Amino acid sequence: MPKINVQINGKRYTTEKEVSILKFCQEIGVEIPTLCFHPDIKFHANCKLCVVEIEGWPRLNPACAIKLQEGMKIQTDTDRVHRTRRMILQYVFGEHVTDCKDCLRSNNCKLRKYAKQYKVEKPIFKPRKKNRPLYTCGNTITFDTRKCIECRNCIDVCRKQGIGFINLERKGYRSTVKPHDEPKNDCIYCGQCINHCPVGAIHSRKEFDCVMDEIKNKDKIVVCQIAPSIRVSIGEEFGIPHGQIMTGQLVAGVKKLGFDKVFDVQTGADFTTIEEAKEFVDRLQNNKILPMFTTCCPAWYKYVEQKHPELIPNCTTARSPNMMNGAIIKEYYSKLINVPREKICVVAVMPCTAKKFEVERRELDIDGVPPVDYVITTRELAHMMRLSRIDLSKINEENFDSPIGESTGASAIYGASGGVMESALRTAYFLATGKELKDVNFKQVRGSLKGIKRATVEIEGTELRVAVVNGLGNTEEIIAEIKQDPEAYHYIEVMTCPGGCIAGGGQPLPVNDEIRKKRAEALYQIDTKKKIRVAHQNPEVKKVYQDFFDKSPGLAHRILHTHYEPRSKSEVEMYTCPIMKKFTKKNSNL
Amino acid sequence: MDIIRKITKANLCGRGGAAFPTAKKWKMVKEAKGEKKYVIANGSEGEPGVFKDTYIVEKYPEKLIKGVLLAMEAVGAQNAYLYLRADLYEKHKKNLREIIQEKILRQAQNDTIKITVFREDGKYLNGEETTLLNSIERKRSEPRYKPPYPTECGLWGCPTLVNNVETFYQVAQIADDNYKNQRFYSISGKVQNEGVFELEVDLTVDQVLKKTKNYPERAFFVQTGGGAHGFIYTKDECKNALLQGAGALVVHDYQEDPLEILKFWTEFFLLRNCGQCIPCREGFYRINQLLKQDEIDYELIKEILYVMADASYCGLGQFAPEGYLDFIKKILKR
Repeated sequence: MPKINVQINGKRYTTEKEVSILKFCQEIGVEIPTLCFHPDIKFHANCKLCVVEIEGWPRLNPACAIKLQEGMKIQTDTDRVHRTRRMILQYVFGEHVTDCKDCLRSNNCKLRKYAKQYKVEKPIFKPRKKNRPLYTCGNTITFDTRKCIECRNCIDVCRKQGIGFINLERKGYRSTVKPHDEPKNDCIYCGQCINHCPVGAIHSRKEFDCVMDEIKNKDKIVVCQIAPSIRVSIGEEFGIPHGQIMTGQLVAGVKKLGFDKVFDVQTGADFTTIEEAKEFVDRLQNNKILPMFTTCCPAWYKYVEQKHPELIPNCTTARSPNMMNGAIIKEYYSKLINVPREKICVVAVMPCTAKKFEVERRELDIDGVPPVDYVITTRELAHMMRLSRIDLSKINEENFDSPIGESTGASAIYGASGGVMESALRTAYFLATGKELKDVNFKQVRGSLKGIKRATVEIEGTELRVAVVNGLGNTEEIIAEIKQDPEAYHYIEVMTCPGGCIAGGGQPLPVNDEIRKKRAEALYQIDTKKKIRVAHQNPEVKKVYQDFFDKSPGLAHRILHTHYEPRSKSEVEMYTCPIMKKFTKKNSNL
Repeated sequence: MDIIRKITKANLCGRGGAAFPTAKKWKMVKEAKGEKKYVIANGSEGEPGVFKDTYIVEKYPEKLIKGVLLAMEAVGAQNAYLYLRADLYEKHKKNLREIIQEKILRQAQNDTIKITVFREDGKYLNGEETTLLNSIERKRSEPRYKPPYPTECGLWGCPTLVNNVETFYQVAQIADDNYKNQRFYSISGKVQNEGVFELEVDLTVDQVLKKTKNYPERAFFVQTGGGAHGFIYTKDECKNALLQGAGALVVHDYQEDPLEILKFWTEFFLLRNCGQCIPCREGFYRINQLLKQDEIDYELIKEILYVMADASYCGLGQFAPEGYLDFIKKILKR
């Protein structure tokens, strides 16, 4: 590689990397403001906030789009640059209706930061989009076009996910980003658009205020259950470095919010592993339909229902850990403490926005009682904590409550791409052979950056071909492979969000590959540190099977499994402010 | 002598407005690596004061197609497009297709070459070369980020030569040894003799007006370039000012309401920009709003224009402010 000599703000640098000015400046610690740029997708260069001056070039140029060239002399902070950035920010405030008090992003809002930095706190233009509509898809994701600055990140990331649900209509100042009208094109609620929106114009259904009300309700036992990946990400909301394990602090914080009990969805994940491994071994040994797909990811199985109903028989019927856990709380735990299940309210903290849709699936109800009542995202939980002045960086650790608080290493890694596969393989090996693995690590299926991971695993002479799809955009490749050769794979894991749940649509922001890696590493650390690293050895889980499921045949199947049906497009509701639609829980018996 | 050398010798520059040396562009496409290459004649002509491409398609369709065929041979392209504004397409598609058929048959180079007459499906901005490419690919009509330039990565990712209709006409003239160092001028506005005139390049505005018997008696000012884009020259400046851009000359007199001229441009750009980048999309929206006010804040408008020129994505926003700023300074004297 030839060396490139450049000057940035008068300082000389030599590099071998062929990177954009923006990336290089970020590496050497020169700050350049950006809105439309996100490392996950190709640059747009349309917000023009990152403009810099390059000597000899007639105009200002966007740092995100221009690669370093030999001899470039770059100025990032001149009056000319500031003049443009100030005007751009004024335009942005003229487009983006500032409605900060309801915004979950207000604590780490780029716009507010830049407004202060570039002294544009006083807007000179009237907000021009205040009469634009809001669109809500399936009661889960809301596009607030009043806040949109048309950077198009959501459109690109939705296409990358293989959906292309978001569309740009009309031209010029009239252009609007809105959900697709095409009846075959439907949202899967993965929330990646939220994670890539620079200005908080897209959000998921806000349920935290309902949860606050439930907590205050003295008649109810309000139980919180926490997904595996939250403990390695929530710290970021409180200024703690990426990839820190915050399990104890998180439990303590949730208890301080006033929840009666705090349970671990990792316990539920151990149930899922066992049920799924049982089903897999059954399919394998009795020549039933293969390959089997995992369905822990609610966005993925909605995708199957709407786009590939022919694959429904390939999906495991085992419920997601969240739903299993909720069902066990309402069916088993309620009997233990002798409280009617209607009196228990289960609030799940999830890294995911599609989980908000999952709780509305009535086929998961048990005798008309939903296993989980509310799903809040990591961001919502952090917001609740901030409202209650709880700071996770200054809190003493506490433990999950019994009897749904014990978990194994196998369940921790559910939050990372490849984790479900690895956990299931650990247990499937035991179920198929009756023996424990000497080495429980299946490193071939790990990694948050590769789109598809293929591996062969040997169980007692049988060679298993497995695949892990990391990011929904990669599934069509695998589906095409199995259409061509139905025996290409035995077992396939699909996670909609690149990296897995650690970078889900409800997680703290920003998210990029580096952060994905750090969060995933933290989960694998939890796994390695656990004494028990296979799901079927979880003592609490064993006890529930012994005391509860094994006593009434068919019970486990009734409350731990589900079914899928072909699905047509969900409703897209359009409404305008100030007649804001208030969130209501549909068909809820609460 | 091969055609590229002939063009070099004739010193021909692109006639779409940017005046890029034609031979240089052809060489770039010729030398670019790619199995497939394309040639596109840009007849999207959308500036309010330019109508010479329409004139050429009407009067000299054979020359245009000859130029395109020469280009295909020179750069090694099998496919070409005549990209025409919708009304031009409707009016001339039949005639053009007949000429293409006949020429290709007569030249009998080989039967694999193909020239498609293409109907423009948008307006104005499609004349920008990368927008034009998107439009042929049936993508949203808006510019692509440059680099890469179409010469190396154009239509469907292949090296592509995009030239204005007039450029191809002039190439045919060069090939026939008929080129007289001339160009087409479109003259309109407060003049007696509106129309398209073929005169020498490098004439001053005064000379063009006089040679076409259009020199106004009353005090006047002109816009050169396109009619929405383009510099403003006062009567005095016309003595030395050269005519640039796409060769348009719009004559205004002082009896017109200057504000109406500003509003005309603003509405033109407001409705025709693609909305991709903030400086241009928001800039024109805000200028439009500001011009509606009783007390117009020209300082703020100027600030908007500076930022637009400095940071816009494509030529529309980069060059539109030139006319505005000239106008505000020279005519409104602000």
